[in-house]
Amino acid sequence: MLKITEGSYAVAEAVRLCRPQVISAYPITPQTHIVEALADMVANCQIDAEYITVENELSALSACVGASAAGSRTYSATTSQGLALMFEVCFNAAGMRLPIVMTIANRAMGAPLSIWNDQQDSISLRDSGWLQFYAEDNQEATDLHVIAYRVAEDHSVLLPALVCFDGFILSHTYEPVDMLSQEDVDNYLPKFSPYERLDAADPISFGMYATPDYYLEFRYEIDNAVKRAKDVITKAGKEFGTMFGRDYSALVEGYRLDDAETAIVAMGSICGTAKDAIDEMRDGGKKAGLLKIRVFRPFPSEEIAQALGKVKRVAVLDKNISLGAKGALALEVKDALYGSGIPVKDYILGLGGRDVRKKDIKEIVALLEKGVGDQFYGLRKEVL
Amino acid sequence: MPLAIGCRARPGKSRNNRTGSWRVFKPVFDREKCTKCGLCMTLCPEGCIHETDEEFVAPDYTYCKGCGICAEECPGEGIEMRQEEK
Repeated sequence: MLKITEGSYAVAEAVRLCRPQVISAYPITPQTHIVEALADMVANCQIDAEYITVENELSALSACVGASAAGSRTYSATTSQGLALMFEVCFNAAGMRLPIVMTIANRAMGAPLSIWNDQQDSISLRDSGWLQFYAEDNQEATDLHVIAYRVAEDHSVLLPALVCFDGFILSHTYEPVDMLSQEDVDNYLPKFSPYERLDAADPISFGMYATPDYYLEFRYEIDNAVKRAKDVITKAGKEFGTMFGRDYSALVEGYRLDDAETAIVAMGSICGTAKDAIDEMRDGGKKAGLLKIRVFRPFPSEEIAQALGKVKRVAVLDKNISLGAKGALALEVKDALYGSGIPVKDYILGLGGRDVRKKDIKEIVALLEKGVGDQFYGLRKEVL
Repeated sequence: MPLAIGCRARPGKSRNNRTGSWRVFKPVFDREKCTKCGLCMTLCPEGCIHETDEEFVAPDYTYCKGCGICAEECPGEGIEMRQEEK
């Protein structure tokens, strides 16, 4: 049913339909509306879940780790500094192979304090073993939660998953969302069947120590599981398409890319702006196209190399920066295209909520054509 | 031991994990100098020094990590740490 709703409420509703048994979160802008809505649903008996209020995000995710290990489907949501506070637990959740699903309403990292959007928070967690999905709009954000549970809980994966959507730009925006029914989600998402669980009658410990004789092999196994998630995502995304008409089988999605000479690579809500800019550039005779990265972990290197194999140049839009290096997406796109001879330029933009408009995308394409890139875009020189 | 998903383990793992393999130096007890005071047994962090039938003490090399605390603390200097060849 098509419903005009705020992004946060749409996500909360999708989470409700997934029937999480334990929710633990701490409110932080711009994630607050999600957990506020879920807390209401729990209080109003619209969802049969335990809502654990905690003193901070470290405890929120720790509670989820315990609950997930005990065999519950668990959910949390956070952003920015809240995610940073969870850092330690994030690595543990992945290493213990607990399929927790967490929403990130993407926000910049302090200092300086900024409540506005970029993707530095979740990008900084790229090495933790969590799957990472990035939504372009609220429809995708909503659907990806259902898919994330299905993939994370698959016994060949067993990893936690982040569903990232841009703070404010999506989280606080009202747009039409085709909401699944409870019956739809129940048909698509099987009950959580834990691989192993905490049980007083048959005690077990999770995440025990590994000596140097074993640690390397454990990391190898986690890496393999993240990579295995690719096929599971494809299968789950395809089945979602068959059942509900929106196909998420592709980890990357091309837009007017078939005959494109210039390709833009981006993640998240910026893709919508890029598509409009591309339409206008196409009208002006410029052969531009977009490659949207929907899944950042596992990183779809082969899919990117295949999708961009015929273009003449690539601009990567990064709403993050690995300080002292480049944007995280660009680094990995360059790696995926290594040896192809296709020039890839990186543009760091939109940090801390700076608007990215259609004319910015066009200007970046113009810079790329001149071979200018691997730089911050849109710096206000007068304040430097 | 084969890897368990998520490094999960049932109780008693430390019993199965033969930490003696970590050892580089091995404590060797000299019964001539031993006064049976039992300080080494009390202070061993692994709890692997036990009384023998003759009321002397001896380490269990299956679990002794070779930390050397017993040799450091022995009032009679009756414990020598000897490098092990493996």
